[in-house]
Amino acid sequence: MDFTEKAAIMNAREMQRAIKRMAHEIVEANKGVENLVLLGVQRRGVPLAAKLADAISQIEGTEVPRGALDITFYRDDLSKLGPAPQVASTEMPFDVSEKIVILVDDVLYTGRTVRAALDVIMDWGRPEAIRLAVLVDRGHRELPIRPDFVGKNVPTSAREIIKVKVMDIDGKEEVVVGEVNES
Amino acid sequence: MIIQSKDLLGLEDLSAEEILGILDMAGKFRAVFDRPVRSVPIMRGRTVVNFFHEPSTRTRISFELAEKRLSADIINFSTATSSFSKGETLRDTAENLAAMKIDMLVIRHGSPGAARYLGNVLECSVLNAGDGAHEHPTQGLLDIMTMQQKLGDLRGKKVTIIGDITHSRVARSNIWGLTKLGAEVTLCGPPTMIPGGLDKLGARIEYDLAKAVADADVLNVLRIQLERHASKAFPSNREYHRMYGITEEVVRSLKPEAFIMHPGPMNRNVEIASEVADGPRQVILDQVANGVAVRMAIIYLLGGGDPGALAG
Repeated sequence: MDFTEKAAIMNAREMQRAIKRMAHEIVEANKGVENLVLLGVQRRGVPLAAKLADAISQIEGTEVPRGALDITFYRDDLSKLGPAPQVASTEMPFDVSEKIVILVDDVLYTGRTVRAALDVIMDWGRPEAIRLAVLVDRGHRELPIRPDFVGKNVPTSAREIIKVKVMDIDGKEEVVVGEVNES
Repeated sequence: MIIQSKDLLGLEDLSAEEILGILDMAGKFRAVFDRPVRSVPIMRGRTVVNFFHEPSTRTRISFELAEKRLSADIINFSTATSSFSKGETLRDTAENLAAMKIDMLVIRHGSPGAARYLGNVLECSVLNAGDGAHEHPTQGLLDIMTMQQKLGDLRGKKVTIIGDITHSRVARSNIWGLTKLGAEVTLCGPPTMIPGGLDKLGARIEYDLAKAVADADVLNVLRIQLERHASKAFPSNREYHRMYGITEEVVRSLKPEAFIMHPGPMNRNVEIASEVADGPRQVILDQVANGVAVRMAIIYLLGGGDPGALAG
């Protein structure tokens, strides 16, 4: 989607601090990292899950398994609209059954991506619990879904766009708010 | 959008980009097969009708499986159980189906052009599951996908198609698709089984099997359609096997990494020796598995599947 950037709301250091805090919150809420796995939602949830996993292993001294989810085939808006980027892959290198799954995404908006992601996870097994971690919660939910761990709450209007940039994909780390270009 | 048309009628109509886009999607769907739940919900509420006007086992089952793994609703019917046996025309049958608001029609028919005819008449998507000796695009795509998995980029790769080219829609779809992707296609078989003019599609014709396979990267061995010519095109099954059958001796003459494909169903010890059909160089069951993935990709893409736009 074409949009104009208006302002940066988090820089790389602020992102890293938020992730570190979320890592502490996850460890505290879970009373450790036993049974914990992280699943990033393609695409930007995946590098964020990697950062969270790093932060958690620094705190606890143990590696947390992580995987990636692609939700394309679970979307509720199959239509002829939209551009055509790649479907990314789902990587599930462990059995999710009986695990505490931390679902990680960059931005929480309508909640429809999370709805789809929950269905993907259920098709792989039956986790003990699924928690939701997002770097930015921008509001405007259309489904009864709420995050358990939030990097930053950003009130937005529906015309605005929140763009999380990560090094692996965008070549830099920041969160910007922009506006959709009227065309 | 990856496929420009609403229908999939033949590989003649697709561009190289469209073919590669479909195969890329098919690769994503193959990954779904390894999960505990082998279906995804994306086509829920869409209705696909499988209309088979000619006998078929693997194509029909493969389409059905693909549709089920996409959670579509399915109606199957074949000529014997339909009003065709009461004399209804193809168009009337299809228009009645369309009036019931179906989303997609998969058709196998003995007449070349049947799928295109329905594609023009109907608003819904039409998928050609084989029309006479014309095209069998999903078979062509699954063959190409299997070759791609083994060989990577097909540009400059040498594919030899052996057998009854005249009656083979599989051969035609292979020729169209492979030449578009830059592969070099050689056709081989008795002169009575290779019609004139196929060289105009960019294929080389070689009647001598030894010469045709010497530098091939892949052999695609076609089924001899015994039911179509009892005695006209070649003297006997045994003579065909001696001249054009893929025996262990032929396999020994191939390049060491060359492999063998067959679209099935096989006539063992006619076009392919039983030891070769069960041997280490064939990838026949890979073809079958890829067939389901290719059909899922096409149904998904024609159903409006946008290959990715991941919303926030």
